[in-house]
Amino acid sequence: MTADSSTRSTSPAADAGLRVAAPARARRRTILPGFGLTLAFTLAYLSLIVLIPLSATFVKASTLGWAQFWRVVTEPRSLASYRLSFGASFLGAAVNAVFGLVVAWVLVRYRFPGRRLLDALVDLPFALPTAVAGITLTTLCAPGGWVGRQLAPLGIKAAFSPLGVVIALTFIGLPFVVRTIQPVLQNLDAEIEEAAASLGASRWQTWRRVILPELWPALLTGIALAFARAVGEYGSVVFISGNMPMKTEITPLLIITKLDQYDYAGATAIGVFMLVVSFVLLLVINVLQWWSGRRAA
Amino acid sequence: MRVTEPASVRWTLIAIAVLFLGLFLVLPLATVLLEAFRNGAGAYLAALREPEALAAVRLTLLAAGIAVPLNVVFGIAAAWAIAKFEFPGKQALMTLIDLPFSVSPVVAGLIYVLLFGRQGWLGPWLAAHDVTVIFAVPGIVLATLFVTVPFVARELIPVMQAQGTEEEEAARVLGAGGWQTFWRVTIPNIKWGLLYGVILCNARAMGEFGAVSVVSGHIRGRTTTIPLHVEILYNEYHTAAAFAVASLLALLALVTLIIKTFVEWKVQHEH
Repeated sequence: MTADSSTRSTSPAADAGLRVAAPARARRRTILPGFGLTLAFTLAYLSLIVLIPLSATFVKASTLGWAQFWRVVTEPRSLASYRLSFGASFLGAAVNAVFGLVVAWVLVRYRFPGRRLLDALVDLPFALPTAVAGITLTTLCAPGGWVGRQLAPLGIKAAFSPLGVVIALTFIGLPFVVRTIQPVLQNLDAEIEEAAASLGASRWQTWRRVILPELWPALLTGIALAFARAVGEYGSVVFISGNMPMKTEITPLLIITKLDQYDYAGATAIGVFMLVVSFVLLLVINVLQWWSGRRAA
Repeated sequence: MRVTEPASVRWTLIAIAVLFLGLFLVLPLATVLLEAFRNGAGAYLAALREPEALAAVRLTLLAAGIAVPLNVVFGIAAAWAIAKFEFPGKQALMTLIDLPFSVSPVVAGLIYVLLFGRQGWLGPWLAAHDVTVIFAVPGIVLATLFVTVPFVARELIPVMQAQGTEEEEAARVLGAGGWQTFWRVTIPNIKWGLLYGVILCNARAMGEFGAVSVVSGHIRGRTTTIPLHVEILYNEYHTAAAFAVASLLALLALVTLIIKTFVEWKVQHEH
């Protein structure tokens, strides 16, 4: 791993000459220092903070035995929490897919007063701590709150219900969808739209047949990112969800409940299940990003 | 001239976007400030001056003060290795750096409990040496470190990759030392990306809730960070006080967004 830096010539000028002589070599020699040091530090730091603790969790789970692991992961209470966590995350991502697409389109294509301010505000869910988002959305959606009051006469319960979970997860996922679509829309070649228009396509046809296919990879990536974030989300959801077992209990909360009851085996089993889900989602996101990257190139 | 939609479609779409963002972003932000001052400015200031609130502020500053510099050093080192050199497994390393983003904050806390908690791998050893990590400050710092690992590296890698290696190589050829090259050539080139990474990392470090909540134990005045203090106040129905303390974090978020917008504007104008 230190091959590059150890073979480095002591004379920078000689090395530079060599570079000019063979510029096309894939692994050309470099005169820049620090490769071994920085890579070693990166790997050591990642191992200490991330990899060893994560591996320890998997090892711990393996001491449970498959039967016990499977029993905890498929308990009715666990299954109910997956249904809520995955279902609400999916709905939140779907809402963001529709409105996020409109927001991205409007921010990129149109000029109107307040556009820059709105554009900057899109990142608010990234920047606002989740606990603050949680208590604020709960206050708004509670029966006495500003939103709750409008919905109560319609018989809709926005807080302490699965709908509340969807609202919180929509808030959390919003920037992921908007920020993945925006750059693709910005770089979209105006000529293809003009070509479609000059060939007699209506604006809707152009949008549907020319623009949307270009946006698909980014849109799917954004949806996957929002979904992945929402599945693990805790802070913004616990206040608004009501936390009733079997009804409004999300999976991350189930882990905390088990920890509070000193059920370390149970918490570990659910935690490892969540980790596996995260890894699968990470893989899906990487494939989607690779696909959008290839489309862009 | 770009082909565009009829004005009616344009304004309908703008109205939908403004309404959606107004409902999901502007309304919550306004609510934090309104609720914080519900009982007047006196109650607002009193909530912030409470000893437990001050202790929470101190702990949050401490955790971020440790986590952010460490992750800055890590981010620069990782970006240097990844952007300036070719080596096998680079893509895998980048995925590994992003890993903490895809792990649920609660699971991030859990893995440290399983490692350092009384039931954990190192629990007996730590107890024998009278060291507490879980339900104590070290656990909070570790959990904060974990969730903020990717921020700086993630901003710097694309910036350094776009910059290439020519400028540094030229500096070396002209006789500059390694550190000299780094401070005089690399740092000026990446300063905006670095600032961007630092403010995002800091916002997350100060606002982290799930991971810290698992390892904290909620010991008042000792292991409660600002977000945990907000949670306690809110759950005890001290709503105005909870929002007063939360407004500090909302302010932090706004400052983060302003710096971010400024950095983006700066980068656009430099190119």
